[in-house]
Amino acid sequence: MSTAAIEYRQEIPVVEGKPSAAQIDATIAAPLDEFPKRTWWVTFAVTATMLGFGAYCAFMTVFEGLGLWGINIPVAWGFDITNFVFWIGIGHAGTLISAILFLLRQHWRTGVARFAEAMTIFAVICAGMFPVLHLGRPWLPLYLMPYPNQHGVWINFMSPLVWDVFAVSTYFTVSLVFWYTGLIPDLATLRDRTTNKVKKTIYSIFSLGWRHSNRHWQHYERAYLILAGFATPLVLSVHTIVSFDFAVSVLPGWHSTIFPPYFVAGAVFSGFAMVQNVLIFVRQSFKLKHIITMNHLEKMNQIMIVTGSMVAYSYLMEFFIAWYSGNEFERFAFLNRALGPYAWAYWIMVCCNMLAPQLFWIKKIRRSIPAMLAIGVLVNIGMWFERFVIIITSLHRDFLPSSWGMYYPTIYDIGILIGSFGLFFTLILIFVRVLPVVSISETKAVTESAQPGHH
Amino acid sequence: MHSRGTIEYNERIMNEGPLYSITALFDTPDEIIHAAEEVSKAGYTRFDINTPYPVHGMDKAMRLRQSRLGIFTLFFGLLGTITAVGFMTWVTLVDYRLVIGGKPFWTWPAFVPIAFEITVLLASVLTVVTMIVLYFRFPNVSHPLHDTPYMKQVSSDKFGISIQANDPKFDEAAVRELLRSIGGRQIGPVYFDADDRAHAPKLFEPKFLGVLALTAILVSGATYFSFNKLLFMQPFSWMSEQNKVKAQTPSDFFKNGIGMRPPVEGTMARGFLPYPFKGKPEEAGKDLVNPLLPMPANLARGKARFLTFCSPCHGNFARGDSRLQGQFPNPPTLHSDKVRNWPDGNIYNVMTEGQNAMPSYASQIPREDRWAIILYIRALQRAEHPKESDFK
Repeated sequence: MSTAAIEYRQEIPVVEGKPSAAQIDATIAAPLDEFPKRTWWVTFAVTATMLGFGAYCAFMTVFEGLGLWGINIPVAWGFDITNFVFWIGIGHAGTLISAILFLLRQHWRTGVARFAEAMTIFAVICAGMFPVLHLGRPWLPLYLMPYPNQHGVWINFMSPLVWDVFAVSTYFTVSLVFWYTGLIPDLATLRDRTTNKVKKTIYSIFSLGWRHSNRHWQHYERAYLILAGFATPLVLSVHTIVSFDFAVSVLPGWHSTIFPPYFVAGAVFSGFAMVQNVLIFVRQSFKLKHIITMNHLEKMNQIMIVTGSMVAYSYLMEFFIAWYSGNEFERFAFLNRALGPYAWAYWIMVCCNMLAPQLFWIKKIRRSIPAMLAIGVLVNIGMWFERFVIIITSLHRDFLPSSWGMYYPTIYDIGILIGSFGLFFTLILIFVRVLPVVSISETKAVTESAQPGHH
Repeated sequence: MHSRGTIEYNERIMNEGPLYSITALFDTPDEIIHAAEEVSKAGYTRFDINTPYPVHGMDKAMRLRQSRLGIFTLFFGLLGTITAVGFMTWVTLVDYRLVIGGKPFWTWPAFVPIAFEITVLLASVLTVVTMIVLYFRFPNVSHPLHDTPYMKQVSSDKFGISIQANDPKFDEAAVRELLRSIGGRQIGPVYFDADDRAHAPKLFEPKFLGVLALTAILVSGATYFSFNKLLFMQPFSWMSEQNKVKAQTPSDFFKNGIGMRPPVEGTMARGFLPYPFKGKPEEAGKDLVNPLLPMPANLARGKARFLTFCSPCHGNFARGDSRLQGQFPNPPTLHSDKVRNWPDGNIYNVMTEGQNAMPSYASQIPREDRWAIILYIRALQRAEHPKESDFK
């Protein structure tokens, strides 16, 4: 069978070639053992600089106050909440790959799951930063939690913003536990491979004494299944609750029942674009092309067509409902989106999210690295602008024309956005050097003849 | 008795303790499944299979019961739901009844997201903790299998079986024979590490105590710094430092360096009246007239002020019976003939300027209140020295 004509109904080997278990160890552990090359250092310098600039802007914001940002009445939510929703969305692909595809027995997830889970955690870290900075006094986030206090006050359990705190913190914790659980056997393998005493100590501590015992594997597999079972509804709940931040309000443009599914689809959409983008570089630079194969990338692109089309449907349906509802304010909000002062942002969003991913219907584009890289980048630009459009255009035209205003981001807004990208990529660069980017034990389990035949 | 010859694979150079197990390695998953089946069939129960990844069908081959981990998950999940719903119910119905947006106190649909999140949180995190701590007895890095060549291979690409010496059926020669017969390679013993076994963690180990003391110092130092220093630094100081001029402080903004602006010349405070009788009690007595009439309201006001400001020294009935237990010299009674015969202006002057040990009360008691107090003192005097007409 030639690679050009892939029979999709047939099971494609997840790992190309037939690497032995020892070869898999060596390939995946290679980046952890060698000293980083120049490309890595140059990239790291760039991302660390971005992070540094963001950290400066964040420090100034904390020190001087939120007056440094462009937010004001009527646009009280600006880049901060846009970035928050964007980053939370990026994280969703990781959980989708690790949990939902696991439950659906999609074995191809093995090659990309670990990396996507790590990305989830880093993205949630980036996301969590924004609401906390938005508090104005970010050293008091405890006020968001219900804790017994001298003021005799409890938080309002009817507020979507409070639900959000619970959703995001649960999401982070469960993702971290899921990720770490997956790492334990790999850390044990690394522990037994390494000759470096310091590394051995660290791996020993974090592998907790794993012995690859089948009396443990039995429970381990069950726990992994349980975690996947919980992470699946959790990931759907998180962006649903994020969308409640908007949908539960009475603002035209936000008050919409389509928001939860629309947000979840958008989150998966942008998350897959990001995973695909970063994996292109990882598989290239760490020689993992036979483990993270073209088939993996193609499957991710297919998921992007599905979710991208769901997002496109939502865009159209929002307009239809605005017309069909007969509500003047609703109609105005949407006409203003497409034709008002922020029309440029709206049309960027439409081009990048509705049109660009449709190119993936063509198989050649789906399997071409430069094309999918470009489309992935466009999708993430589009998805960032989607959140910008939803937040800014809905706010900047209040019910009374006397309260209308515009939103102009300051250098601090932009700096913190750049800094969040810096943080994300810096964490990824560190991650690929200290932990296996592909699950070693899972990859071994899905290579050919890794499982006993029928005897 | 085993010979320490060349065929011994897992030879330990380190301090050896008693035998832990006999191990053998296999190359393929089919072989290890077969091995597990044979060993189970032979009646061994304390043996383990170590493989770099979970091999399908191993539970059956090893005759393991199905994992019961799910029961814990169910328990923790229910615990999470009940805790979350119960807590929110208690807050909204008992501890903090607050009407929000005109909605009922107990709005259960709004509790669903948080109840769901807490359920997922407790169920998933505690399931993993249960698995690691209860089922695996982890963390444990001093298991005899650790750091053996056997472990190094099964964590990479070999499939191993380890039959423990504490198995009731264990007989070294028989076990070796069994392993050999099912195709095991590199058959060899694994021993407990004598050092590990001799080493029992002690509470009063100097190293442990040192770490404990260091942690205590660091934690308490950080806490002290946060609460006593950090909270008073910018920007954590609750906006106590702001770009504004506080009263009575210098400022570079003005030429004369004074932050406050002096009022325009001739400005008088609202309600200010000059007091021309400084040091002239007789004239005050002659010229000043009480502007208030002895109405019940004025008397009540005077009583309240008298009890607050005057009674500590003068006594509740102005008899000069101080309540201060001799901590301050007692003033004379106000029921003396001298005071009773003073005109109101004289008393007013004493309150305004002070007399002997008594300081001025002008800054504490407003003008009208001083006059009201005088009305009340007059009433007290009248009560002590009633006129004939009062008895009618």
